[in-house]
Amino acid sequence: MKSLAPYLFAAGILIFIAVFADFLTPFDPYVQDLEGALAPPNEINILGTDRYGRDVLSRVIVGSQTTLCASLLLLAVISIVGSFIGAICGYKGGRLDTFLMRMSDIFLAFPQMVFAIAAAGALGGGLLNAAAALAIIGWPKYARIARGLVLSIKSMPYFDAAKMSGSNSMQILFNHVFPNILGTILVTAALDIGTIIMELAGLSFLGLGAMPPTAEWGAMMNNGRSMLQTAPWIILAPGFAIFITVATFNLLGDKLRDYLGGNLS
Amino acid sequence: MGENLLKIENLSVNCGEKKILHDINFSIRRGEILIIAGESGSGKSTILKAIGGLLGKNFILNGKIFFCGQDITKISDFERRKIAGEEIGMIFQNAGASFCPIRKIGDQIFESVRVHRDFDKKSFLKQAKSIMQKINLDFSVLNEYPFKLSGGMAQRAGILAATILKPKLLLADEATSALDVVTQAEVVKELLKLRDSEQISIILVTHDLKIAKKMADNVLILRKGGEIAEFGTRDQIFITPKESYTRELIKAANL
Repeated sequence: MKSLAPYLFAAGILIFIAVFADFLTPFDPYVQDLEGALAPPNEINILGTDRYGRDVLSRVIVGSQTTLCASLLLLAVISIVGSFIGAICGYKGGRLDTFLMRMSDIFLAFPQMVFAIAAAGALGGGLLNAAAALAIIGWPKYARIARGLVLSIKSMPYFDAAKMSGSNSMQILFNHVFPNILGTILVTAALDIGTIIMELAGLSFLGLGAMPPTAEWGAMMNNGRSMLQTAPWIILAPGFAIFITVATFNLLGDKLRDYLGGNLS
Repeated sequence: MGENLLKIENLSVNCGEKKILHDINFSIRRGEILIIAGESGSGKSTILKAIGGLLGKNFILNGKIFFCGQDITKISDFERRKIAGEEIGMIFQNAGASFCPIRKIGDQIFESVRVHRDFDKKSFLKQAKSIMQKINLDFSVLNEYPFKLSGGMAQRAGILAATILKPKLLLADEATSALDVVTQAEVVKELLKLRDSEQISIILVTHDLKIAKKMADNVLILRKGGEIAEFGTRDQIFITPKESYTRELIKAANL
């Protein structure tokens, strides 16, 4: 618990910034000021301004809202839906299991990012479509993990004991199966936050995610790309924000695994 | 003693091509203790699983199992759930693992009771404590997690979970095998006490013939390949065994 606290604290700060972004920005992130464009970091605009004169710090702060909220929401959806599908497959078995698992095989056979780019491209841009593309490719992983866990739980004596006590399928699933796979799913999800953030930002960077003028880290980096040599702060600020966020959540996931793993075995 | 509580007719179980049980016939009356003994792989536990309805989809079951006059091999899941726990209780070989590892023992037993009876926590505790006193189990166990219990305590908690609804038939799968001799003797004593006070019929699967000799009314000896080698009363089996297989088994156990 002791070693988990600083990482929880760091992640908490990031989430706090994302939730209260609107109150924390020193300037309006969408107001253009062409006369003050491309100003290097100074005492007024701490991280400088972009090519339309918008304050980079404010945009990074507001961007955290878009990136973090979208990523966490997306992750919640795919981990819950994926595990639910996997748990049902493992529990019921039979044709449904075969069908859904072959589906997940098909999705897992594609390189994840390539498929996401193709899907997001086909659906058209926009943050929602980018998230949908990542959801389509993201659920099979959780389905696989949950199915494997459920299969191993099915061979445990307490599963037979639950059956022998006359519990029905729903009672067994919710009282015995889900609580026991929760830890592993949670850890997998925590380790996945970083990847999801990177992928969402990646899609936005490629112009398939958040549309301008929405402040989003990937899109901001794309904006500053052509001015990397003349105005590096435009691309460095969101890049650094992504780095910090992904690193924080990865470390948190790692510690969470140690913490939960030690308790469950 | 009265009517047959459980009657098994021509029971065969196959898993694919493999025969696990072949042509099993026996019956058990109210308040009787039947010991099923035999070497590993003779299908002892499979008989209990067949009675409890725990065999997986890849097992093919033929024959009839009558419980209180009703053939329970053909009943729906819904009817099966009604008798599971309420009429037939089961104690598992590894009782500690027969509890979900992340919740307290008491909560789990309470939950399994709630499946059948509309008990509130208070009447549940009353019922649980009356059994716990009989089987010499500390009340604090209800607030423990399964992994904190010793083997003997877990086994007793398993007995509590299996008997709290006062089933007519108790299936015990190697319920004493994982225990040391002292605890084993206690568990045997407690099972006998339960039989006497509640008229519960018990089918105990074991490879330990000493336990069989101590507890059994009737003994069923299984041989490899899942066939009955011999079925008879305790004295028939231990004093005047007919089959050479039984004689060898008894000799090997050094009784």
